[in-house]
Amino acid sequence: MTASTAKPQRWVGNRLPRREDPRMLRGAGRFVDDIADPHAYHATFVRSPIAAGRIASIDASEALAMPGVHAVLTAADLGYPQLTAALERAEFVATQMPLLAYDRVRYASEPVAIVVAESRYLAEDAAEAVLCEFDETQAVLSIRDVTDGGRALHDEAPDGVLVDLQMFSDDLLGEALDRAPVVLEETISSGRVMAAPMEARACHAQPDARDDQLVLHVSTQVPHQVRSGVAQALGLPERRVRVIAPDVGGGFGLKCVVGREEVVVAAVAEQLGHSVRWSEDRQENLTAAFHGREQEYLVRAGFDSDGTLIGVDADIRCNIGAYSVYPFSCGVEPLMAATELPGVYKVGRYAARARGVATNKPPTAPYRGVSRPQIVLVMERLMDKAAKQLDIDRVEIRRRNTIHADEFPYTGPNGITYEPGSYVESLDRLVDEIGKAGWWERRAATADGVLRGIGIANFSERTAYGTPTMGMRKMQMTPGFEVSHVRMDPTGEVTVTSGTCGHGQGHETTFAQIVADRLGISPDRVKLRQGDTDLVSFGWGTFGSRSLVIGGGSAAVAARRLADKIRKVAGELLEADPADIDLVDGHAEVRGAPDAHVSIEQIAATVHFRAHELREHDEQLLEARGAADPPGMFSNAAHAALVEVDPGTGDARVVDYIVVEDCGVVINPTIVDGQVRGGVAQGIASALYEELVYSPEGQPLAGTFMDYLVPTASEIPPIAVHHLETPCDQTETGAKGMGEGGTIGAPATVVSALNDALRAYGADIDHVPVRPADLLTLFKEHRLHTPREAS
Amino acid sequence: MIDRHLVTLTVNGREHELLLESRKTLADTLREDLGLTGTHLGCEHGICGACTVLLDGEPVRACLVFGVQADGAEVRTVESLAEEGGELNDLQQSFSRNHGLQCGFCTPGFLMLAEAYLDTDPVGDAEEVREVVSANLCRCTGYQGIVDAVVEVAAARKEQRQA
Repeated sequence: MTASTAKPQRWVGNRLPRREDPRMLRGAGRFVDDIADPHAYHATFVRSPIAAGRIASIDASEALAMPGVHAVLTAADLGYPQLTAALERAEFVATQMPLLAYDRVRYASEPVAIVVAESRYLAEDAAEAVLCEFDETQAVLSIRDVTDGGRALHDEAPDGVLVDLQMFSDDLLGEALDRAPVVLEETISSGRVMAAPMEARACHAQPDARDDQLVLHVSTQVPHQVRSGVAQALGLPERRVRVIAPDVGGGFGLKCVVGREEVVVAAVAEQLGHSVRWSEDRQENLTAAFHGREQEYLVRAGFDSDGTLIGVDADIRCNIGAYSVYPFSCGVEPLMAATELPGVYKVGRYAARARGVATNKPPTAPYRGVSRPQIVLVMERLMDKAAKQLDIDRVEIRRRNTIHADEFPYTGPNGITYEPGSYVESLDRLVDEIGKAGWWERRAATADGVLRGIGIANFSERTAYGTPTMGMRKMQMTPGFEVSHVRMDPTGEVTVTSGTCGHGQGHETTFAQIVADRLGISPDRVKLRQGDTDLVSFGWGTFGSRSLVIGGGSAAVAARRLADKIRKVAGELLEADPADIDLVDGHAEVRGAPDAHVSIEQIAATVHFRAHELREHDEQLLEARGAADPPGMFSNAAHAALVEVDPGTGDARVVDYIVVEDCGVVINPTIVDGQVRGGVAQGIASALYEELVYSPEGQPLAGTFMDYLVPTASEIPPIAVHHLETPCDQTETGAKGMGEGGTIGAPATVVSALNDALRAYGADIDHVPVRPADLLTLFKEHRLHTPREAS
Repeated sequence: MIDRHLVTLTVNGREHELLLESRKTLADTLREDLGLTGTHLGCEHGICGACTVLLDGEPVRACLVFGVQADGAEVRTVESLAEEGGELNDLQQSFSRNHGLQCGFCTPGFLMLAEAYLDTDPVGDAEEVREVVSANLCRCTGYQGIVDAVVEVAAARKEQRQA
């Protein structure tokens, strides 16, 4: 079954099988660690065994004496390279992240030296033989440790706060809340989790004398950003660094920032003049790669007696770990949270303070959803709590506060203008689907003693942040635009380049669909090339639900321009006005006279090989460039979960799940469904299973997949996905981004369902993850406080 | 200090004689000595199952088996499923049709796990398949496509057996 057997009018909207699949299914994908280089040295890192302290000494003499060990290098040996990420804001304190720690260590597993040896086995032996002595100090671990006046990790920020933003202040808010009929004062929090892609981080660095380059194969979402990071840290012109992201085994944000280990490996290869490779093991990944989501929200909200929100005042605290991550900085979670907290709701008055506090834990990166899983949890908890207090239906209170179709474009008190979406419609459709699926009957079943509940959440997801939106963050390096090149070779085959860098999202398929439609050819003839800084002029990479909209949008523009050039040549060959030429089914034909046609192959061959036959060829080749830089647009979705809780064990399970989503024009429904389902799985994971727990000394207690509980197929239910389609008029394809929505909505939905399941116990759960022990405590407290009924 | 052993491995029907350090894992042996990089390492502590291969027909974590332990054994890896350059087998096609993979890193492990399961002439309903594939971790798909893919092949192969 090949794609070319069917010939629809349009490839966009088709469930085209993925172009990526065959090589992956054969085991012929090429991930960093699959690159054959039998003579490469293997690197491993010596890491800090303590969370906080000073390095007293590092003695590598024993390790260096071991056969097969080539080098043990510390920060001093590499010239103290560092990366600094900064926001150009007065409220931001810039701090350095040394690539290898040299005076202080700031988290357990922080790298202090790199060992380079003949094999990974030998490198790990040698790393154990490096003797390090530390003067340990007390670790600062929690948000409260800092806000209650803890010790500073960085001299530049003596109060431990790296960013403190007061946004959208409103002098009348306090008074309005004081007068509100219902006032909620809540603390809502989420635990530290991580993306845990199945392929951990990896880097292979190879000096190339011929091209005078350092060639890096990196498992990254952002090859050009890695190039910039390496060039800046090592003081090299960017031309001298070539970064290639081959197949990447998942990222989810963990790979959209530059890791210090990757840069160190590059520095060592440059210094030794020899190729060096490093593959992170899972323990390193869990304890030393980027984390996210450890946040606390102190919220005050007022509702009118009819359930209308009057105002929200939020004090947002993000535990950003030890360092500001390059290039996004530690502002990424606080800024996102403060700006987008209101979501789909008309909150009335709004003010937010958002802080990022430094602790002795690994730095945080933008993990899929970035603060939005938490802000949706906050808003949905407020809705459920107010509904309960006011005895209003949970759906009805949401409907009353949601931005309605006739209110778009809607500008909220957070200064954001929301373009049209289907916020109320998706909620209504969700309610329909819950009914059709028989959930209310299932919820009512009690004979087996199992507690059942239904949870809902309604939310938006700002996607495809272009330069105008990213610029408001005031990052030193502002991502946003993408540029794409589309070129046709003499055989009529098309190559598309993009600076986005897919790693599971099926870009090779969806970009081909978009381009094929514009050129009137089969997507089989379109090949996307991505992830190579020498092949693609520039680009920002894949993150923030941006790729299909910005990268795909730029490819669409380029393909449209190429189509114009093809029409021009066809017009000359067919002696017709180019405006009358249609590109269909691999031909250029004259509209209304389908017998007058010329094949794409013939056009391509003529332009390249028989240019002398053309009168006009102002540009010789069949190629075009396109760019896209949209303002950022909102997808939206409504989620519902059905959960079951075992009152004996506290075991909570999501047994069924429904999503109604609207991401504008759907390019490939199969891929959208897959993104939604995978996202929901990660959201359920952070609601019920995963947490990076630390001991009071700052030792990571989740260092394996036995402790960090990534859910299996037994924990993730079937997920029904329904599509609404509000085309976006700000993008070339009408599509909005949608890569993060599943993850954003699921935690709030699951918590809503748990509180519903435990309604008889007066449950008021305001944190994730919710563990069996939490529920057993709840049951116990309820028994203690409830007088026994006479039997 | 390094002790090496001469072992004979039959991998995907081809016999290999290898001189292996005793601590070298089967996964590293397949990847580094035989160039079969389809077997991926996701955790190296036996939980994620990305490195699942068949050892004398049984699924094993290749990260938890030493190469020397496989001396004399038959090993099957993901590279054996489709003929070289030929069509994908029914399970591979079903994974693609049902969107059972995204980044593709865990996929070889799931394929080998499912091949071993399908060889047992199983019931093959969604409940049983979910239980079986719970041995491995996938971070992208939410598992539904994987379950659907295996269920479909179980039914098709059952039909073939009965025909």
